[in-house]
Amino acid sequence: MMAARLLVRALRDPQGVQVADWNALVSAARAEQLLGSLAARMEGRAVPPRVAAMFEAARRDSERQRTQALWEAEMARRALAALDVAVVLLKGTAFHVAGLEASAGRSVGDLDILVPRDALGAVETALLAAGWEHLKSAGSYDDAYYRRWMHELPPLIHRDRDRMIDVHHTILPPTARPKPNSARMIADSVTLESGFRVPCPADLIIHAAAHLFADGDLAGGLRNLWDIDRLLREFDSPDFRQTLDERAQLHGLGSAVALALRLAHRLYGSPVADSRSRLSDRLFEPRLLARNGWGQEKRKALRFAFYVRSHWLRMPPLMLARHLWIKATR
Amino acid sequence: MKEILNLQIGPVAFRIGSAWRAPIEALAKLYEGYPAPAGGIADFTVRLEPEKPWRRFVRPSVAIRGDYILPDAAPLPLSLGLLAAEMGMNLQMALGQKNWLLLHAASVEKDGRALILTGESGAGKSTLSALLGERGWRLMGDEFALLDLDSGMLLPFPRAVSLKNGAITVMEAEAGAARFGPRLVGTPKGDIRHLRPNDEAIARMGEGAMPALILFPRFGPAAAVRGVGQAETFMRLTQASTNYVALGEPGFNALTRLVRGVPALAIDYPDTATAVGLVEDFRQELAA
Repeated sequence: MMAARLLVRALRDPQGVQVADWNALVSAARAEQLLGSLAARMEGRAVPPRVAAMFEAARRDSERQRTQALWEAEMARRALAALDVAVVLLKGTAFHVAGLEASAGRSVGDLDILVPRDALGAVETALLAAGWEHLKSAGSYDDAYYRRWMHELPPLIHRDRDRMIDVHHTILPPTARPKPNSARMIADSVTLESGFRVPCPADLIIHAAAHLFADGDLAGGLRNLWDIDRLLREFDSPDFRQTLDERAQLHGLGSAVALALRLAHRLYGSPVADSRSRLSDRLFEPRLLARNGWGQEKRKALRFAFYVRSHWLRMPPLMLARHLWIKATR
Repeated sequence: MKEILNLQIGPVAFRIGSAWRAPIEALAKLYEGYPAPAGGIADFTVRLEPEKPWRRFVRPSVAIRGDYILPDAAPLPLSLGLLAAEMGMNLQMALGQKNWLLLHAASVEKDGRALILTGESGAGKSTLSALLGERGWRLMGDEFALLDLDSGMLLPFPRAVSLKNGAITVMEAEAGAARFGPRLVGTPKGDIRHLRPNDEAIARMGEGAMPALILFPRFGPAAAVRGVGQAETFMRLTQASTNYVALGEPGFNALTRLVRGVPALAIDYPDTATAVGLVEDFRQELAA
């Protein structure tokens, strides 16, 4: 059995799961960036002393990451306050700022924000003035590629705090076939008491699903799907299921969201309306679980197939050929 | 992984897996007498694996991986497999250790008082701590010192001492041949030879000590001693710590307490005999 399967079981049923090999569980969890979530889930369960100490450190680390994520959000808010632009926090930062269950033990890397496309220039200027700097040199292929073809600015990093910010104007590259309605995502976002904005719950799930199945090569997929499971459980109701379905259609992501829901149900037992699996789901599941008890990536051929698929989804064939040519020859 | 060794060093347990037998054999020999972790459970997993699948056999090249990975870490030839294992353990500590404040420092203990020796690479902290470890002090570690966040206690991490170039000869005159690993020639840092700490250091690896003095040693033309203020000590220790930032407030609190409670000195020394003499003087002053 792949250790990733054990990890999934432990997250799903932290009190009941039988763990014969703690090393395998911990290494798989670290490799999938889920140790913090696992530690949060297993709080209160009797575990061997060394594992208890690791979980304790992981929980402390999660707290620190949470503080840091909130601080980065606050720094961005201050930098952009004068612009009168709607700034919507995305992904991990949104979970933490909104205090959602998905934030329990969730690690946060970069700060991701969504702003209206016509405000991109002003936002970039304001961030540069507040100490963020370009990571890719201006005029390079990567820089030009981001600006022309990506759904975000080239990544910026803060010169003092060493933290990255990704400024999105939509949630998928413009070259991808689905065209999410980013204007609605911003317009229907929720303003919290703290003044921060986050996407409405359905859009949080849709963004996670888009990231997982319509864009990426499923790297980090178990964590993404865990986010989706937590959100589905926190907001589940007949009304919410309908809203989720409608908004998925609105963003042109009906099939990606349906796939995400089916897999979340299969792996984590998430509450969903339609859990009947399709034949193709049987390729996604082994890819998501391709991690052994030493934290190694397994099923290389399947992984590669999904890598190719991610590029195929992201860009038309001729553009893909050109992109891969430049990447390979420079 | 085909070849596996579990190692307990101080409070930290490692699981080391390798695609080849040689590095694990060398490691097991170097760490002879170290206990196995309770229940076989490790804090960190280290993997020594071929950089590319065919590199297992053709010009074997060891990639250093594990729970925590440095993406641009250069692989080593299989002849330096022991060094790869050591670097793998260091890497896990530097990137993943969140239980204690980790100082890139050597430490020794006598009469329950611990001495922290820190400074840039080449300042001689490995040599000095290894030498003190053979002259009546207990070697707590030559690479990392672990500061407990709650109690302020220093915990031992007595890994094999990594001796470089000239220091190898110095220590070959002090310790028996059985405690040395093979001489590794042509590493990125020149020649390296590992020295297993003595029996006392291993037997007492579970025993912490309160820090009593921080030293910043430096090779210099003449022996010199100057006091180092709390602000400077604090800044230098933040730079010497691999996880100060990652620990957040608890790390700040632990380091502030250390710096406020423990005096710090910078010492220049022209030769190791002088340095050992200076350290003995400090010990007598502290005891008085």
